[in-house]
Amino acid sequence: MRSERSVYLMVGTFFFLIMVIYFLWSGEASGTIMLFAAAGLGIMPGLYLAWWARRMELRPEDREEATLAEGAGPVGAFPGNTIWPFVFGMGAALTGLSLVFGVWLAVIGLAFIISTVLNVTLESRRGGAV
Amino acid sequence: MTVIEEEIGHPGGEVHHEEQPRGFLLWLTSTDHKIIGKNYMYTALVFFIIAGAMAMLIRTQLFAPNNHFVSQQTYNELFTIHGSMMLYLFAGPFAFGGFANYILPLQIGAPDMAFPRLNALSYWLYLTGGISMLLGFFTASGAAAFGWVSYAPLSSATNSPGAGPDLWIVSIMLVGFSGIFTAVNLVTTTVYLRAPGMTMFRLPIFVWNMLVTAILILIAFPVLTAALIMLYADRHLGTHIYSVAGGGMPVLWQNLFWFFGHPEVYILALPFFGIVTEVIPVFSRKPVFGYKGLVFATLAIAGLSTGVWAHHMFTTGTVLLPFFSALSLLIAVPTGIKIFTWIGTMWGGQIEYKAPMLFAIGFIAIFVMGGITGVLLASPPIDFATHDTYFVVAHFHQVLLGTTVFAGFAGFFYWYPKFTGRMYREGLAKIQFWLAFIGAAVTFIPQYLLGLKGMPRRIAVYLPVDHYTTLNRISTIGAYMMGLAFALWIVNVWVSWRRPIPASGNPWDGHTLEWATSSPPTHHNFDRLPPVRSARPVWDMNHPEFADYKTSHSGQAADRERQQ
Amino acid sequence: MGLGIVRSGKANAGVGMHRKVKLRFFTMRNVNIAGLVLGAVVLSSCNLPTFWAYKGATTQGQNEFHLWQGFIITAIFVAAITYGALVFAMARFRKRGDQVPKQTHSNIKWELIYTIVPVLIVIGLFAATFVSEDKIDAVSSHPALRVTVVGFQWGWKFEYPGGVTVVPKGSTYPTLELPQGETTTIKLLSNDVVHGFYIPAFNFSRYALPGVTNYFDFTPTKAGEFSGKCSQFCGLYHAEMLFNVRVVSPSQFSSWLTSQQQKVTA
Repeated sequence: MRSERSVYLMVGTFFFLIMVIYFLWSGEASGTIMLFAAAGLGIMPGLYLAWWARRMELRPEDREEATLAEGAGPVGAFPGNTIWPFVFGMGAALTGLSLVFGVWLAVIGLAFIISTVLNVTLESRRGGAV
Repeated sequence: MTVIEEEIGHPGGEVHHEEQPRGFLLWLTSTDHKIIGKNYMYTALVFFIIAGAMAMLIRTQLFAPNNHFVSQQTYNELFTIHGSMMLYLFAGPFAFGGFANYILPLQIGAPDMAFPRLNALSYWLYLTGGISMLLGFFTASGAAAFGWVSYAPLSSATNSPGAGPDLWIVSIMLVGFSGIFTAVNLVTTTVYLRAPGMTMFRLPIFVWNMLVTAILILIAFPVLTAALIMLYADRHLGTHIYSVAGGGMPVLWQNLFWFFGHPEVYILALPFFGIVTEVIPVFSRKPVFGYKGLVFATLAIAGLSTGVWAHHMFTTGTVLLPFFSALSLLIAVPTGIKIFTWIGTMWGGQIEYKAPMLFAIGFIAIFVMGGITGVLLASPPIDFATHDTYFVVAHFHQVLLGTTVFAGFAGFFYWYPKFTGRMYREGLAKIQFWLAFIGAAVTFIPQYLLGLKGMPRRIAVYLPVDHYTTLNRISTIGAYMMGLAFALWIVNVWVSWRRPIPASGNPWDGHTLEWATSSPPTHHNFDRLPPVRSARPVWDMNHPEFADYKTSHSGQAADRERQQ
Repeated sequence: MGLGIVRSGKANAGVGMHRKVKLRFFTMRNVNIAGLVLGAVVLSSCNLPTFWAYKGATTQGQNEFHLWQGFIITAIFVAAITYGALVFAMARFRKRGDQVPKQTHSNIKWELIYTIVPVLIVIGLFAATFVSEDKIDAVSSHPALRVTVVGFQWGWKFEYPGGVTVVPKGSTYPTLELPQGETTTIKLLSNDVVHGFYIPAFNFSRYALPGVTNYFDFTPTKAGEFSGKCSQFCGLYHAEMLFNVRVVSPSQFSSWLTSQQQKVTA
């Protein structure tokens, strides 16, 4: 976790420095705001990872001498085949295209999206693939 | 060597060992990163072929002065969609949707991406986004015709009416969200799903580059999406964010766009730098030279790339020239480090010139020239003289074609056995390389000269008195050579599909974990993993006498041992 | 397979390899420094090749041209070193047997060289840029002439003092008349979309950007006709948004301007 934290914090701090220099030198608003946001997008995840790094013991993937046996056990629950990402994708695309072709497309698109939300929740609760 | 392989627990319990659906249904429903990765890759390559065909039409139009091969309106649509497809639909998705999706979990020893369903969703958003962009050609007013940068106020409702530009906006938003979701997936996977012992400084460079790319995507794409929403609002909801008449600022679009656009260039380039850094060590039979330097160079590129957006705006007269010039020039340093690192990796090796290695070296050769002309353009006075001319066109085509196409095909051929379990035809691939490499030189070097003679970019016609004709003809012939090269690639894939030569799990004597499993890998990737004791676990396993963990990090201690 | 034998003999000679590396280190640094020095020399002389660029028909354009020469000579040196190293490595280290080569992970000295030398080059390039940028961007407070240039879809309008305007007529492109040897300040505007006011022979372009007024100076040094173009894509007939530039002696210019002014009042 510590290296991951450092990656984010280094990048974020660098953006912050650039922002300060840019603001003092140019006084231009849009760039300063964008650099501020960029710095935030580096520092926020960095602080999150730092928060965990302080509280977690080193994981097997953080220790150079860890053996594979230490990493044994479930890594996580991975879903099987499911149609719902496809349905959600079509719904999102139709909703997006409603910006071009009219609101009626959004109605169909949102129906797809809502049905996905319901079904994926149920799918997860059943614990895996449909 | 006592234990080479150990049992690892099967992730996810027993739920997933049911029958896989086949064919079309598998394509629709799979959440396996390998299938999604292949979907991404083949879709991106189809878009590449379509956009490449558009490039052929563009070059045909420019073959002669005052040519009427296509109308000016069609020409404008063609170069707009050529650029948009190559940048948004091919280069990025090919790398972080295709290669990263397939290879990154394998290289870190993970069973899948962290969010498989989100991963599938990104693919569908990408596919529908791509189709939306092409739909523009079938609308009454044609596709978008304002360049891939879509400068305000040319992209306003008055200057570019019709559904084509709206489709372009929606398309890029969908593709943008797909990129953001993929980036979230890549970061989470890299942080949480590494194999035991796979510390951050043992990650393959490809994974490092993808991690940094993902960080950049998460910073850059939201800016683009916000800018596009404001553009849509200007077009249809009566806002005046980019129009002078309502008190807005057109140049704000340029600021927002390039704040996305310049990191985007590195989002496109870094994954391919990663690919090259995988290919060169394997075919030189050496580890990466200067691993840590390379990692910090990548981070430095990421940091600097966000501070250089206005070097695309030197001639607007609204930007702080010295600041952006200095940062842009500085990017040359980490980029140079990378190039010397690759040469350093080859230095003292046993280089085998298989197709992936040829493409990787072709990439370096083309990229060095594109990179050096980029340094010239980072100087505002030189940019004043060459901005928006073919000099710039040649520069970014060398950079982007060098990375996405040459490094991309290096990766394609390198991992093709892993993707399919079959070998490609070496001879055909080598002919493809030479055609493409010579073709690229013949296409783009004349374009530098055209730019220095003052030929502006994006012009559909030029006059005979301009004396651009000969150079344009040479350039067009080069483009046809490249077209032929990629036709050969299709033949190669077809032949290897119809008359397969089976590939082993590790045909190249590879270094990283993807070569520790079968080709193609099993459902959750690994039955067994080798122990991870360095950045090259598979090399360590296959060459225990030269294993990295035995030598000190500089490799010199081992040298001394050997001499004693 | 004679080469294979030579190679296997070399495998033990690690020390010999090191000495060779050291030698090359000094030559490489020297070449780089030579590049920088040459770049500086170029800035003060113009007897070098043009490297395919225009020499610049204004004092501003000539400044840019000298910077270009300095940059491209540096670029050629850097390219020669990089391509040289690449081609040498490709030829010298191609596969000659099945033995595993020395597994070199890093070499701090070399890594420092290829970090520090580029930094030095970049500092040199930036200094040169900084100096010439100031000269090119300088706007005179008392120019001999002020011209307003307006870019529109798809043509150019030039407004001279005394109500003289030059616009495209039919299929003829408008001509921007400038006096030789005198400084003209151009005020650049656009009322519709972004255009690029580009005169290749002057080595200069600037956006005509709605909402932004740009000022810049031309001091033409050479009489003659030059072509001008729109460099920034501006819609359907972008390719045909051309103009001409004619640089004439100050006396010819003032008689032209007077005759035009008389036409306006008449």
